[in-house]
Formats: sequence, structure tokens, C-alpha cells
Amino acid sequence: MKNLHKLFSILIIFIVSSSLSIAAEKVEYLKTDWSFKGLFGKFDRASLQRGYQVYTEVCASCHSMKYLSYRNLSEKGGPEFSEAQAKAIAASFEVTDGPNSDGEMFTRPGKLSDKFVMPYDNVKAAQAANGGAYPPDMSVLVKARGGGVDYIYSLLQGYEEAPSNVSLDDGVYYNKYMYGNKIRMAAPLSNGLLEYGDGTSATVEQMSKDVTTFLMWSAEPHLEARHQMGFKAIVYLIILTVLVYFSMKKIWSRVESEV
Amino acid sequence: MSDHDYRPKSKVGQWFNDRLPLLTLANHLTDYPTPKNLNYWWTFGGILTFCLITQIVTGLTLAMHYIAHADMAFESVEHIMRDVNYGWLIRYIHANGASMFFLAVYIHIFRSLFYGSYKAPREIIWIIGIIIYLLMMAAAFMGYVLPWGQMSFWGATVITNLFSAIPLVGEGIVTWLWGGYSVDNPTLTRFFTLHYLIPFLILGLVVLHIWALHVPGNNNPVGIDIKKPSKDTVPFHPYIVIKDGFALLMFMIVFAFFVFYAPNILGHADNYIEANPMVTPAHIVPEWYLLPFYAILRSVPDKLLGVVAMLSAILILAVLPWLDTSKIRSAVFRPLYKQFYWILVADVLILGYVGAMPAEGLYLLIARVATAYYFLHFLVILPVLGFKEKTLPVPLSITEPVLGGSPNFAAARNKESKIE
Repeated sequence: MKNLHKLFSILIIFIVSSSLSIAAEKVEYLKTDWSFKGLFGKFDRASLQRGYQVYTEVCASCHSMKYLSYRNLSEKGGPEFSEAQAKAIAASFEVTDGPNSDGEMFTRPGKLSDKFVMPYDNVKAAQAANGGAYPPDMSVLVKARGGGVDYIYSLLQGYEEAPSNVSLDDGVYYNKYMYGNKIRMAAPLSNGLLEYGDGTSATVEQMSKDVTTFLMWSAEPHLEARHQMGFKAIVYLIILTVLVYFSMKKIWSRVESEV
Repeated sequence: MSDHDYRPKSKVGQWFNDRLPLLTLANHLTDYPTPKNLNYWWTFGGILTFCLITQIVTGLTLAMHYIAHADMAFESVEHIMRDVNYGWLIRYIHANGASMFFLAVYIHIFRSLFYGSYKAPREIIWIIGIIIYLLMMAAAFMGYVLPWGQMSFWGATVITNLFSAIPLVGEGIVTWLWGGYSVDNPTLTRFFTLHYLIPFLILGLVVLHIWALHVPGNNNPVGIDIKKPSKDTVPFHPYIVIKDGFALLMFMIVFAFFVFYAPNILGHADNYIEANPMVTPAHIVPEWYLLPFYAILRSVPDKLLGVVAMLSAILILAVLPWLDTSKIRSAVFRPLYKQFYWILVADVLILGYVGAMPAEGLYLLIARVATAYYFLHFLVILPVLGFKEKTLPVPLSITEPVLGGSPNFAAARNKESKIE
């Protein structure tokens, strides 16, 4: 028996230490206080609206967001622009429609029901314009990266001078959070790059946080509804469980066995 | 069974029951004498039934909105997540439901291993269970392919490629499985079809599983045959129904936590990247519940032998009732087996862990040792143990004390006095 315990403790120590060593190899991501985490996590509405501004003025020139529609911008649980604002945003984009009765394609101002306009016609065009690298679609980007929001938030602030032992090709940049440290995207943000409508100072840190919040929403547009329903569901289940527990005790009191 | 002479009270009931004895069946199910000492490990049968029904109901709903086409599958899943009313809820229940299903089935299987539930006269129940488990793995694997993300695509490529290890006809079989020369649209549509079919096969087998169970009745923690009905048993309803219900609710709380607060934690981030045949992910890993077998597969240097080892690891379970030579069922009375049981549990957990790690260096070495031990347990330790082990005295019934010297004497005596 004693030997067995020894064996077990060795195994456990081994597993814990090896998982720790793996964790140690990973880069520590930058942390910030995300309002959407936790049991009652909600999006910061103002941050989402600023994030949309960063996306549309900076990211959208290369990154598509093909699963979102303009109507989503005014829906509950999102940036919650007013319907008039969302309509105005949609109308500011030219959308290709058609064919019309003459068989011709035509352009018209965007409508709420339109999907976000894509920056390039197709993947090849996107690659051609970006030195062969395809800027990934951003709709579910946060969920498609291991580190999630922390990773994106860090990556946006992770640009630095390459260490002397790293040589970079043309159009490749050094980022300390990127897998392999080499990234084809130039640092997209710089202090004061844009002017926020609500007067918030547009630092790289602030813009990173806002746009990452926006990307979290774009990946999980029903996150708030999920958290709200989850809390109700779990409270309901716990109450029911307690009631059933006492019913069970009562029923089993007729026989001697313990439950 | 004693309930065959059941007669419904009402005239209509009698008329119906004479023609189709459904009421006799219902009566059998409610009165079914169940050992009264079943512990909470026995509640997972009911929990698994719940899991199967949940997967079928949510799956049917998803199938109404999902499009099984290589160009549209990923988009249709996003459509479900965004635009279908409560689509996110249904999909997250379905995706996490698969993990919950496997969590429950592993507890169910290991409960059976601990208490010797696979032994005579319950071999058929056990073998049907193994077939259900195999079908579950097939269904889960194909279901994981349907969202057509990177891990879907490359997982499908890796697993289907295993068949190419078969000598002579291997390559032909793989082409036939794919419906082409790579994993592509024909593969997706047939996987969808099979993913839709298998749960109903499982449902049928579950009926047989329960039917076969109701012939000898439940095993129990003491592992002895009991008289039915007797003071060792309670009717299934309400005693077991309420207990299973309580355990199910506890299980649902865990389930709900995953669905509402960590819906993607058990999945892989790469599966939110649309499938791209030109880009291979850095690490191709299956879902967590397949990792132990993945570790066994990779621990053998030869591809064909690796596949053979992986399949044997599952199929060896089917002959377990004959590999275990001990006459005593429950590990409670088998002091040595109990220790080996826990080593096996640790071994499988270690296999799962190394299955998630890259197959190189120390991980590979550990995987090889753990794989060897897995087979050693079933092929050597279990058969030998049945002859060598000095088992403890087994009580004659659940309520009656054993004849002198048993460590359970006091406990059994205690229970006895409570009845009086």
C-alpha cells in the first residue's frame, strides 16, 4: 500500500510539474479588466461603440467581418447604436446588388439587412494586396485564437524592435505575442490615430481594449443573453435539486438504507 | 419475473393490454425490484439516457438549420449561432452535451469495472454497452467534422487515413470512405448522414441494454446475487426514480455551467477557423474523450500496428468478462484488484494527458509505458489475479450479516438492527 501511495505521488508530482513547465514556456499575456467576464458579465456599451469605430476606421480596410450585418449594430446586447444611427452607418457603405431587370449589377447605399461590406472581392485579391498574407476574417477571430481576448489585446500592443538575433524579411514585423514572433501585419495602432466621438483619449492601450471588446461581441453576439439565462437556469436547478433532495430523503426514510 | 400476472384495473386497460401489453411493461418498469444499496455511481445509467435524448432533440433542431456542404457548413453554423432564435443555446447544449455524454459514460464504464458488473450473468449487457460506446465515438467524431472548421477537416483527414494502414486494400478503402481523393464535400455529406443515423442505432441498443439488464437485475456494490423481490430490494418507482432524478439534477448543474459560462473551453480554438485544405494546424488533436486512444495509436511506431493497438484497446473490453477469472464481483472484497483498479484509472488519465501533448521525447516514452501497462492490466494482471488473490468473505445478502470475521460485520449488523 505504501509503495502504491509513493507511486501515485510521483505520478501526480510529475503531471503537475510538467504542466507547470509548459505553462512557463508560454508568454504571459497582458491583462485588463474585461467587463464581459464572470457570472454577470456584460459588454461596456461605450467601449463597443468605440471599438466599432476602431474596427471600421482601421481594421476594416484589410479585415472582413462577413458574418455580421449592419442591423446587428443596433441589436440588444451589442453596441446598441440607435436604429437611425445603424441605418446611417449602413448607408455610408456602397453595396453591390443585382442583377437588375437589364441583367446589370449595380451599387446602392447599404441597408440594415446587408452584411458588412468586404474590403476585397475574394481571398486572392486580399492576398495580392497584402504581400501574400491573407488578413483573417474577424467575425469569430477571438474564439479562433487560443489566448482569446487576452491574446488579441496583447498582440495589438506587442510590437517592438526585433532582437538583434532575429532577422526580418521585408513586410514582416516583430511582435512578442505572435506565435513565432513574426507577423505580416504592421503595427495597426498608434497613439492619437483616430479621434473618439465621446472624447476618450485614443491611446494604443485604449483602442486595443475597445476593439478587442468589439471583437468579443462580434464572435459572441448573444453573450449577455447567455450569462443572464445561465444565472437563472442554475439558480432554478439548485432550488429544484434541494427540493428533490428532501423529497428523496422523505421517500427513502421508509426503508433503512441511506441515500 | 413476478409481474407477468399483472392485470389493469379498468376494462379499457384490460382490453388494450390483452392486445398490446404496454401496461404490463409499464408495471414491470415501476415495480422492477432494485437493490436498495445502489450508490450514486449507479445513477449514471439514467443520466446517460438523459444525455442521449438531449443530443437527439438538440441535434434534430440543429439539422433543420445546418447545411451539409463544404462551402456552406461553417457559415450555416455561424447562422445558427447568430440568427436562429436560441440557436446559440441549442448548439452549445449539443456541443457540450457530447462531452457530458462521454464524461457520464466513462464513469458508467469504470463503475462497472469496479463492481464487476460485466461478469456472469451480465456479459451481454456489457458487450452491448461496448458496442454503444463504439457507436458513440463514431457519432462524436463525425459530429465534430460537421462545423467544417480546421480541426474538423484535419481530424477527419487523420482518422480516415488510419484505414490506409490496412495492407493491399487500404488506399482503396480510404478513397471509398472519402468519396474522392481527399476529405471534401462527399465526405461531409456522408458524415452528416451517418451522424444523423447513429444516435437512433444507439437508442435501439440502449433498449436492448436495459432489456438485458432487466433479466438478471442490477448488480450492486456488494456484488452478490440477491433474491428479488426481497428486503434487499426496493421498487424502481419511486425509490430509484427520485434518486436518479436528484443525481441528474446535480449533473445538469455542471452541464449548465459549461453551456452558459464556458461553452468553448472543451473545444479547440482552431475549429473556429474555416476548413482550409492548404493550411495544416500546428497540432492536430481530437476531442478530450478520444485522447487516451489517440495516445495508444501514436505510441506504436508502426502505422498498422498502431491502428491495431488502438482498436484492440477498445475491443479487449468486449472479452473482459472472460479475462477476469475472479468469482467475486465487487472490488470491495478484492483488496488487490482494488489497487490495480486505481492504477488502471491513473493509467488511462495519463494516456489522456499525453494524448494531448506532442508525440515526442518524454511524452512518447510515457505513452509507451502507459500503453503497455493498459494491455498488461487486461491480459496478464486480471487473469492471474483471479487465481492468486485472497478475497475477503462476502456477505450472504445486503441486509444479513456475514458469518464471522468479515470487516463488514459491524456495518451489516448495524443496518440489521435499524430494520427491526
